[in-house]
Amino acid sequence: MRLLSPRQTEKLAFALLWACTGIVILPVLGIIAVMLYRGISGLSLGLLFGVQGGLLPAVVGTILLVALTALIAAPLGVAAAVYLSEYARSGPLVRLIRLAIVNLAGVPSVVYGLFGLALFVTLFHFGRSLLAGACTLALLVLPLIISTSQEALRQVPQGLRHASLGLGASQWQTVRRVVLPNALPGIITGLILSISRAAGETAPILFTAAFYSLTSPYPKSVFDPILVLPYQLFVMATEVPNTPAPTKWATASVLIAVVLGINLFAIVLRARLRGSRRW
Amino acid sequence: MTRRTMRVREWLIERIIHLAGILAIAFVVLIFAFLLRDALPVFRQNSVGDLLAGRYWRPTSTPASFGMLPLLLGSVYVTLGALIISLPLGLACAVFISEVAPTRVREPLKSLVELLAAIPSVVYGFLGLLMVGPWLANVLHLPIGQFAALGSLLLAFMAIPTIVSVSEDAIRAVPQALRHNSLALGATRWQTIVKVVVPAARSGIIAASLLGLGRAIGETMTVLMVTGNAAVIPQAFAGFLRPVRTMTATIAAEMGETAYQTPHYHALFTVGLILFLITFATNSIADVVVRRAGGVNAQ
Repeated sequence: MRLLSPRQTEKLAFALLWACTGIVILPVLGIIAVMLYRGISGLSLGLLFGVQGGLLPAVVGTILLVALTALIAAPLGVAAAVYLSEYARSGPLVRLIRLAIVNLAGVPSVVYGLFGLALFVTLFHFGRSLLAGACTLALLVLPLIISTSQEALRQVPQGLRHASLGLGASQWQTVRRVVLPNALPGIITGLILSISRAAGETAPILFTAAFYSLTSPYPKSVFDPILVLPYQLFVMATEVPNTPAPTKWATASVLIAVVLGINLFAIVLRARLRGSRRW
Repeated sequence: MTRRTMRVREWLIERIIHLAGILAIAFVVLIFAFLLRDALPVFRQNSVGDLLAGRYWRPTSTPASFGMLPLLLGSVYVTLGALIISLPLGLACAVFISEVAPTRVREPLKSLVELLAAIPSVVYGFLGLLMVGPWLANVLHLPIGQFAALGSLLLAFMAIPTIVSVSEDAIRAVPQALRHNSLALGATRWQTIVKVVVPAARSGIIAASLLGLGRAIGETMTVLMVTGNAAVIPQAFAGFLRPVRTMTATIAAEMGETAYQTPHYHALFTVGLILFLITFATNSIADVVVRRAGGVNAQ
């Protein structure tokens, strides 16, 4: 005799699945709640804009770093996506490229750091700098930009391409005047998501760009090292024992706010643009 | 602009686009080449056996010893622990989202899981160091709030989004007819999930596990901050509750203070090369598995 009927088993199993999903979701809400609670109590104008130990230089540094990263990675990533979805014919080369993209996405972030150190910092003589860090991060977000751009290009209906080619436009004219403008919203959403990814990364910039200084926090050129939020949080949490707890929490909250803020912006933008599609 | 110059310009642009297309391959090859270049010199003074099976990682003592076994085992411990936690949770979550949850809550649930992946690893490390670690150490009566299992726990939640999204795709790709057939034969929805849907999606689920594994073994900042950084060989089971040191954490902790082209520098690149090879293998296998599954489903 069975202990439970199939119906009872199902009820129990579904309850368990509910519980598991709850366990997965709870930390997200918990982290955001804790950050809001501890962060707001630690946050003050003095901390944000204070001369010594203020967060403003790190926020500015982070923005500079991700802006330069996007500037380097976006053209490469979008061009690669255009090649894959508009020009390439499926075959061994495309399979190889796909495999390379998957692997590039899976390379551990600290290994990107090593590569950046060997190539950009040392061989190219960029030194530990904003430029070296941005180049390293650009490689890291490249697979993400390629795959989101490819997805956006795939969404453009085939009929538009045929119509353009049928009117006598060349392949490139079709890509530039018809396909890219229609895929632009999706491409931009992908770009914003990769910016948010780059803003939170620490390991790739540990030996390529980041430094911790309270006296000369702003870089004067792209060849200067920079102060960024994730690295500042790491140093405060592990290497500076006398950092007051509220300062640490405030730093973590500002970092979370920046990263999730950019993310949320991308999600809202995607929903908006999806709504305004004509097909 | 004459027709001729236009054609030349277009030809040029298309060459550039072609070049960008193969860039991904070039970068993978470049990363491998540079890791190899800066790793190889260490083999002049140390045999492969000494490096991989050596029990002592003492890069700064004289004579220095670069035994990577403690680091390899540290990574294995932390990653294994992370998989034990994240695989069941991730799979359950994927099944729930795609098969059980009401349609209305599906998208919000997926967004929340994605948000888990958006939180920077340094924040996970920070929370582990300041909140979760001390609390767990108190509950479990541990002498120190930094240990292998804490890293596993945090890594699990960082790997879950990957596992959920890849498995969910695989489950959604199972043809609806299979479910209908099973239900029509009188099976309950749960029986259908266990006996029909999950087996049909199994290659996608295997790929999800492999990608989760790659994600966990390559994670750096979190493990650097919460696993205690003790480069010792973990003891059987108790090792989960003791400090360890992973391969990634070793690179992150030591490369900053290592002089260029010293044996220590080359040894750290060797650790990086091993990490690269491990993730290359898991990602490539996952890709092949997914591809084969796609072929089966298309038939």
